Formats: sequence, structure tokens, C-alpha cells
Amino acid sequence: MNKVMSNKWFITLYLLPALLLVGILIFIPLVLTGYYGLMRWDGIGAMEFIGLTNYINVMQDGMFWQSAGHSGLLAVFSTLSLAIYLAVSMILASKIKGSDLLRKIYLLPMLLSSVAIAQLWIKIYNPSNGMLNEILAWFGVQNPPLWLADPNIVLYSIFIPILWQYAGFYILIYYAALKNIPESIIEAAKIDGASPIQIAYRIKLPLIMGVVKVTIVLAIVGSLKYFDLIYVMTGGGPNGASEVMASYMYKLAFGTNNFGYGSAVGFMLLIITLIVTVIIRKVTADKEELQY
Amino acid sequence: MLKRKAVTSMCALVAGALIATGCSDAADGGNNGGAENNNSGNNANGGSGESATVEFMHLWPQGSSAQHHRIVNEIIEDFEAENENITIDLSVLSNEQYKDQITILSSSNELPDVGMTWAAGYLDPFVDGNMFAPLDDMLEDGLRDEFVAGTLEAYEKDGQSYGLPLELNTVYVYYNKAIFEEHGLEAPETYDELENVINVLNENNVEPIALGNRDSWTGSMWYMYFADRIGGSDVLTNAINRSGSFEDPALVEAAAKVQEMVQNDSFVSGFNGLADEEAKSMFMNEQSAMYMIATWDLPNYTTNEDVPQEFRDNVGYFKFPTVDGAGDTDSFVGGPGVGLFVAENSDVQDEAKQFAAYFVEQWGSRAVTDAGVIPATVVDGDALDLPDMYVDVLQDLNDATNLTLYADVQMSASVAQTHLDSIQALFGLDMTPEEFGAKHEEALSEEE
Repeated sequence: MNKVMSNKWFITLYLLPALLLVGILIFIPLVLTGYYGLMRWDGIGAMEFIGLTNYINVMQDGMFWQSAGHSGLLAVFSTLSLAIYLAVSMILASKIKGSDLLRKIYLLPMLLSSVAIAQLWIKIYNPSNGMLNEILAWFGVQNPPLWLADPNIVLYSIFIPILWQYAGFYILIYYAALKNIPESIIEAAKIDGASPIQIAYRIKLPLIMGVVKVTIVLAIVGSLKYFDLIYVMTGGGPNGASEVMASYMYKLAFGTNNFGYGSAVGFMLLIITLIVTVIIRKVTADKEELQY
Repeated sequence: MLKRKAVTSMCALVAGALIATGCSDAADGGNNGGAENNNSGNNANGGSGESATVEFMHLWPQGSSAQHHRIVNEIIEDFEAENENITIDLSVLSNEQYKDQITILSSSNELPDVGMTWAAGYLDPFVDGNMFAPLDDMLEDGLRDEFVAGTLEAYEKDGQSYGLPLELNTVYVYYNKAIFEEHGLEAPETYDELENVINVLNENNVEPIALGNRDSWTGSMWYMYFADRIGGSDVLTNAINRSGSFEDPALVEAAAKVQEMVQNDSFVSGFNGLADEEAKSMFMNEQSAMYMIATWDLPNYTTNEDVPQEFRDNVGYFKFPTVDGAGDTDSFVGGPGVGLFVAENSDVQDEAKQFAAYFVEQWGSRAVTDAGVIPATVVDGDALDLPDMYVDVLQDLNDATNLTLYADVQMSASVAQTHLDSIQALFGLDMTPEEFGAKHEEALSEEE
């Protein structure tokens, strides 16, 4: 068996199907997107090669950088919210009453499609008969915010359902990691007189640091390419106040029939995501992982 | 370490090359397949009695457009019964999905044989890309006369017709007669009267106008009407076709009037975050007194059995009022909605045209009576037993002095996007009327 596995030909043979799939489904479209970015193309008629014009225009496009800023903000929010998810997971993992039920409740949004979540929150945010403003009115708020119509707060109004949507996913990951920590270590710490906070911060967190790093990458990369909920809830509006990179790309390609420029934006999105990923890997790269 | 990296990248390259060749083979195969299809299509054309399949795609799903959907199915059934060698292969998508799908299909040159399109600016890239077949040959034998004057023209480019309009819509303000009566109000004929109506409603804590400006074409209609009343029927069209300017004082004033209405709390709160559907449901649940929409919504206020009779009886409409004594209330915003196209590269183009012509004729006679749609073909309203509102609307159409096509349809796709975004900013008071004009000028001059 060992002999077979060290045979380069066999390794290649086994890898080939996966390589082919990744190549066809991911790398070819990537390269094509970059290539279309070099064209003036309405998506329907003939393409015209215009060199790097689209890419140069993207660099100078205020709307692109604004949407990139919104994506960045979402990435920051998602990363910060990981702390909340982690705290919740720690509470759930320490045997409290009803933690099973709570875990299921947190998981619920994961089972809904983004469109359903968007519709649900559109109803909640409805300024005249939405749940949120009804509750605020109950507390005597005279002029409740226009959640999705006010350019200054629309972005945050959308972030909340996004964070809610992914809570279950991250809690599940953390929960699984926390459950893997041997009980004996925690017991030993308790005997040494460590408080629950100390156990969480000094023992549990370092032990699952590898998982935390992975979730940070997931959260940031996921945020940068986030699209669906925003598209359904506001379409990037009002007047671009909730536009993110992916929705801007979609609007250019399908809204304005400018596939060349849209592709260039898509390719920039790829490059930005790659750069950010590399940076996070560098920053979070640690000497050694703790072992138990 | 380095060596291993080199090996993997080599592998990736080799794999890439393999994939590339594999792909080009597949593409060739595809082309061959296409050619064979072509042949069989030609055979069918040869009249050897072989069957042909015409692909037809429309955007009236059963859920949201039940009446439309049913009539389409009936027309197809009848057509297939009369032409036994032709089968219609139907696919149905909802509006937004349809728009995306049709773009994707045309970029891969796989348009359905017959499908739906919008007029004017929307049509341009498809015509420029040789996607739609010119239809003048089929209009010549009498079909041309069936259409209401001005509707076919919206689908013309360089003197050729590329679409057969199915609907003709005009935009009105619908209002709830019960709410108006309760507060002693009457349908306004001037902007001052409209302002008064809005003030009275606001004083009585009734939301005056439902507006879903997340789909900013809804707000655009308000702006268009102000432009028409203040500057006359040509000022907006001229600004778009560059013989005029968006910085024309009349257009700037129209934008200012929009903001005046916003500042007077004329529209439901949070309108910039509401979809048109949500605004519509506010009006239909009697949470607001007025709602501006085109006549495609008429069935909801007349024949649609799913809407409570009591509400339908309460709905009236009025024409957009004159503004400061200026404007002609018989000048409408509106125009043809969707129309049929026939694909240029269709294998069964003759059959496709035959079906399209049949569809348009049948649609014309059935649309009003069965679906409550005002078709783009001439209807004799007197000969039919129609709800009063239809009779009135058909009469208005006869009396219309002008029909201004929706601004975002007149414009090219990218200018239209600028227009729609600016409309949201204008309504949100994020942009002055002057900036609004300048923004349009900038977008239009980039196109030149």
C-alpha cells in the first residue's frame, strides 16, 4: 500500500478528477472573467478588445470604492460578531439547562434560504406596520428610523439579518471544537482554582485558536463576496447606500448591460479577496498550535 | 520545497491544457450538433409534414399573473390544434428572472424562437447584436393596422420593426373613494387641489400616497408627469435624445416639485425602502389613499376575484393634475409594455413568425375581456361588455394627445441606471434638483 501511495503516477491519477472539476468549474470561469474585463461588451453583441481600460476605470470609480468600503465594513462587523458567537458557544458547551434546544434555535436561520430571511426582515423593518417599529411605538418612540430607506442606517439594518443568518453556522463550528477539549484539562484547571472566565480565556480559547483563525478567514472572505440578502432587501439602494462589491458587479452586468466592466469589477473583487486572505493568513500565522 | 511547488504548478498547467483542449472539442461537438438541428429544421420547413417545435418564453407566471398565464395557455392550445405539425415548447419565468435569463441566453446565442422584450432603449443591444429578426415582412399583410398608432414605433429601429407590442399602458393615480368621501375630498384636477387633499389626509393621520420607490421606476413616473405638465410633452424626450437638456428649467422645476411633495409628507414613510409590491398592498389594504400605477393593474380594481368586491367598488382614478395652470391632462406617461420578438437565428423562424402573428391577434381580442389588460391592438370597447373603468380608460386612450414612454425605457441601460439611482436620491432629498439634472447630463454625455 505504501508503495502504491508513493508512486507519483498514482498520485496524479487520483488527483486528476478533482483537478479537472476545479479547473472546469472554478479556474476557467476565473480566467474568462478576467478576459471579459478586457472587452467592451454589452453581453449580447460582439466583443471589442479595449485593453486595460475597464480595469483603469474601476480603479477610478468612486462607486466601486464606496461599495468596497461597505463590503469592508461588513467584514469588520462579521469578524467582531465572531466574539459573540464564541461566547454563546462557550455557554452552550458548558452543560447548562436547555442548551440543546437553544442550539437548535440558533441553527434555525441556517435552514432558511437567504430570500426567505430577506422577506422576513423586510416585513420586520416595514416602517408603517413592521414589528420593529410597532415595538418602538409601544415604548413611545415618536419618529422611528426608516430602517431600509435611510441611507445613513440602511447598511446596519442589513448587517443585522446577515449576522443572524450566520450565527448558527459559526456557533456549530465553535461548539464542535469546544466539545473536543478533553474534560480532564478543564477539571485540572478547576482544581487549581481557575474561575470560569479564566478557563474560557486561558484554556479553552487557546486550545481552539486554530478553529477561530479559520472562522476569521471564512467570515472576512464571505463578507467581501456577500450578495444575496442585500440584493433582495434593497438592491443596493437607496442610491447606492447599501451597495457592496458583488451587488455592484451584478448591477453593472445585468442592470446596465455592461458585462465587460462588470467582469472587471468581478476580477477586482477576486484580487481584493485574495490579497485580504493572504494578509490574514500572514497575520494569524502562529509559531505553534497548542496541543492537548 | 521549491521543487514540490514547481511540480504542482506543472501539474496544474498540464491539467489546464487538457481541460482547454477538452473544452474546444466539446465546443466543436456542440456546433456540429447545432448544424444537424439546423438541417432537421430545414426539412420541417420544406413542408414535408414533419413537425417543428417552437420555443416560447414568457414572463407571466401563474402565481403573480394568473389571468395572463391562463390566456397564454389557451392561445397556445388553440394554435397547436390549428397547426398540428407545430408544437410550442413553453417556459415561464417571473419578470426579474426573465430579464437576467434572456441576457444570458442571448450571450450564448440560445434565445428562444419567440420571447418577450421591452421597447426602445432595452431593445438596442439585441438589435445591434443581430439577435432579433426584423418583422416587417409579417406586418405587411394587414397586421400593421391592428395596432394602436404609436405602439409599433416603440419597437422600431432604423425603420425596421423588431417587436410586436402586446400591451398598452397609461399611468394614473388611483384613489380610495371611501377614504376621500370620509374626509370630504374630491379627485384633484390641479396640483393645488392635490396638495390640499394631501394636507387634509395628513391632518387626519391617513397616509396619502403609497409609493414603493425601492423599484425607482415608480418614483420616475411622478417626475415624468411633473416634467410633462410643467415643460410640455417634448421636454423630457428631447433631453433624452440630446436635442434638449436635463438642465432645462422646466425639468429642474419638475425635480423641485418632487421634493416639495416629499417635504409635504405626501408619500408613505420609508418609501425609498419599500418595493412596489409592498406599496401596492398598502393601497389595497386601505392603509393609504392614493397610488400611482399603470393600467396593467386595472384587473386588481375591477375584475380580479381575489380582491374583495367592496374594495374594488371603492377605487377610482384621476389623471395627473395640471401644475400651476400649466399642462394638458390628456397627455399621458405610459406606452407599450412587453412585446414579442422572433429570434434571428431560430431554426424554425417561419413557424415562429406564424405563431407570433397568431398570438398577437388572439391576445388583442382576449386580453381586455378575459384578463383586463389593455392590449396594443385596436379594441372596440363599445362592442364588449366591460367594467366602467375599462370603458373610461379606453376612452382616455382615444382622447390622448400624447403618450410619453417611460424614461428608463427610453434611455440606454446604463443611463437608465443612473436615472433610477438619481430618482432615489432625489426622493430621499440627498440631491438637489440642479444636481439631479447635472447627473443626467453627465451620464448622457458619456454615451455620445
